Amino acid sequence: MSEDKKTSELSRRGFMKVSAAAMAAASTPMFFTKGAWAADFRNNPGNAGSVKLGFNVPQTGAYADEGADELRAYKLAVKHLNGEGDGGMLNTMTNKALKGNGVLGKKVEYVTGDTQTKSDAARSSAKRMIEKDGVLMVTGGSSSGVAIAVQGLCQEMGIIFMAGLTHSNDTTGKDKRRYGFRHFFNTEMSGAALGPVLEKEFGKDRVAYHLTADYTWGWSQEGSIKKYTEQLGWQTKAAVRTPLGAGDFSQYITPVLNSGADVLVLNHYGKDMVNSLTQAVQFGLRDKQANGKDFQIVVPLFSRLMAQGAGANIKGIYGTTNWNWSLTDEGSKAFVKSFGQEYGFPPSQAAHTCYVQTLLYANACEMAGTFYPPEVIKALEGFKFDGMGNGPTEYRAEDHQCFKDVLVVRGNENPTSKFDLLQVVQEVPRAQVEYPADMLGGDLGPYKV
Amino acid sequence: MTTPAIRNDWAVMAIFTVAVLTAPLWLAPIGANYPDLLQKFAIFGIFAIGFNILFGLTGYLSFGHAVFLGVGSYTAVWSFKLLTMNVIPAVILGTVMGGVFAVLIGYVSLRRSGIYFSILTLAFAQMSYNLAYSVLTPITNGETGLQLTQQDPRILDGPAGEGLPSTTLFGLEMSGYSGFYFCAVMLILAFYISLRIFRSPFGLKLQAIKSNQTRMKYTGFNTKPYLLVAFVISGMFAGLAGSLMAVTDPLAGAERMQWTASGEVVLMTILGGTGTLIGPLLGVGIIKYFENIFSALNEATLHAFFSFMPDWLANVMVAISSQFVGEGWHLTLGVLFMLVVIFLPGGVMEGIRRMTAAVRNLSKQKPTELEPKEAEG
Repeated sequence: MSEDKKTSELSRRGFMKVSAAAMAAASTPMFFTKGAWAADFRNNPGNAGSVKLGFNVPQTGAYADEGADELRAYKLAVKHLNGEGDGGMLNTMTNKALKGNGVLGKKVEYVTGDTQTKSDAARSSAKRMIEKDGVLMVTGGSSSGVAIAVQGLCQEMGIIFMAGLTHSNDTTGKDKRRYGFRHFFNTEMSGAALGPVLEKEFGKDRVAYHLTADYTWGWSQEGSIKKYTEQLGWQTKAAVRTPLGAGDFSQYITPVLNSGADVLVLNHYGKDMVNSLTQAVQFGLRDKQANGKDFQIVVPLFSRLMAQGAGANIKGIYGTTNWNWSLTDEGSKAFVKSFGQEYGFPPSQAAHTCYVQTLLYANACEMAGTFYPPEVIKALEGFKFDGMGNGPTEYRAEDHQCFKDVLVVRGNENPTSKFDLLQVVQEVPRAQVEYPADMLGGDLGPYKV
Repeated sequence: MTTPAIRNDWAVMAIFTVAVLTAPLWLAPIGANYPDLLQKFAIFGIFAIGFNILFGLTGYLSFGHAVFLGVGSYTAVWSFKLLTMNVIPAVILGTVMGGVFAVLIGYVSLRRSGIYFSILTLAFAQMSYNLAYSVLTPITNGETGLQLTQQDPRILDGPAGEGLPSTTLFGLEMSGYSGFYFCAVMLILAFYISLRIFRSPFGLKLQAIKSNQTRMKYTGFNTKPYLLVAFVISGMFAGLAGSLMAVTDPLAGAERMQWTASGEVVLMTILGGTGTLIGPLLGVGIIKYFENIFSALNEATLHAFFSFMPDWLANVMVAISSQFVGEGWHLTLGVLFMLVVIFLPGGVMEGIRRMTAAVRNLSKQKPTELEPKEAEG
């Protein structure tokens, strides 16, 4: 090319100038960060008129439906915190310090992100919220693997993580963190609640076959259900691991028919559960007899969104859920009403837990009188409240797990509307599902990071 | 294309170094100057540069390059778990393991060329992904991902204090801006190596393989060793990038090996400009920017953006543009990719070259800012 001469000219002329500028420029960002670190804690809002919260939910992937509903609930919670709308559960919550004028007089704003149901993407999204947008708290979930990954990150960064929908024992068990809090129940509680109901309905002499989503939540749920059903005298024929987001489960369901099992336990969630249950029903499992008994399917973690996806296939199937919109206590009614007015349909359990978590965090800040995380954590630890849909609830200080009643539900045989899909069989009291704090191991770590 | 003089290469390196080190400054106006995204730019820059050595020079399209990225990550995290939190052994081991895997996979895959080579690498990648995802769970911790724990031995470090330790470079914590500068130095090194390869006789032979492999063979060259070396170098770059991902965030998940991750680097390279030095980096910048910034825009931010318009118009604009941001960022990227491939087959670099040419035609005498890039092409 003929321009070669000109190019080299430029390099000679500009080299010294440019490198001098570079030296000056390269040192500048260090200068900025130094200012940021001088603050007493990360993302201190100081005198700003508003605070930011980070809503990190799956917008794509197997749990996208749950994620979309979580986001709706977060937006509603922000509205209510800022004193807009009808206030929802702010009117029914007990032990409340919130005043309906934001948090500590500051307006609440939010940023959103897509976890893609992948640990990598979720951490990257959470980092963006913390480093770029300056959020004080990150919340979200729908996959325990993601929740645990983000919770670990938040601990390192000194930002509070209010877990959304995450059901694995590990979140508040072996992977628990000082900066992580979970309102949702876990597989241990599901097992303890579901066990007696299964005994009553299906008897003590059953052979179970597990299909398990191959990650922390699936392993955890498989373990808990095995533990409680084997206590009843059930046998476990096999436990087969399936990849998350597999789509087609027929290759896993075919062997079930002739395995000698008479109960299929689906440790799946979201679209995975919709697919595996639909395929199991299409394969005729529910019309079969095995060992002289009717073949049964159990879905230990149920949600209305999944029931909607699975259609008529869920009729009569047992499972547990954290919350259902058909509950008639004041808190649930207030939440269902304002959610319904906003979006035109009732909220899911994922929406409920996320809404409650946001309010609980804001309330803890108000109680502590500061956004300084160690103080907020202390306000949340051991916090007792009511009027938020699950009866009297306590955030246990030792593992940051909420303890409350658990619902055992059954797919409704005669739904009166397209949302009336789950029928509450039993509200299992807190005492029956509570376990000692040291049972699941783990270590919370330090208050100050 | 003439081989430019050495002096010119140094100028390229100097400008590149300055541009990388000052990235936190000049990326500020577009909101991309926070440490995590800067780290991603640098890390994926290394990945794409390495990929470009294989694809850009030899024309062999590997569809399974994310394997080496994943291997590098896992190796680095294991180094953090077993040896020390210092990043130097992790980076070295990650790069070496990337190379080892590249020798194994390359040796088999390079027996075929063209589409068969692509399919073979894709098959290996998918095999590795499934191994990491379920079969090798004891080593990889499956879907949950490999993470540090309090109980890890870390034989070279003393007993751990309270809480999880963080990755360090001899005491300097590798998160935030220090993490970025570490990655940036690696990127500059990687770029220099790539530059030398492009300018070397070895690079010329690789380009000859791309233009006509049969002719190369007739002239007496055995092309296999050259291809394998290019493949291994490229794998080591990916291993380095993978280990840097673990350095800035000590966690490794199987999804880094998924075919979508392999596809991403292909997109980056093509979008930026295959076979050019800077092109892949531009591609990385565009894709990572879209992934991190566009995916985070929501209707509230759009309303703020269009607030200067009358209400009804702003609402219409928000309704239209909200389809392209947030969860719709893939759509925007897809449209952009189509436009580039249709109108600028040489990627963004071709766009820059055409613009430079246009400017030069307007004023023949006036030298322009973009000229050094021209020489790299």
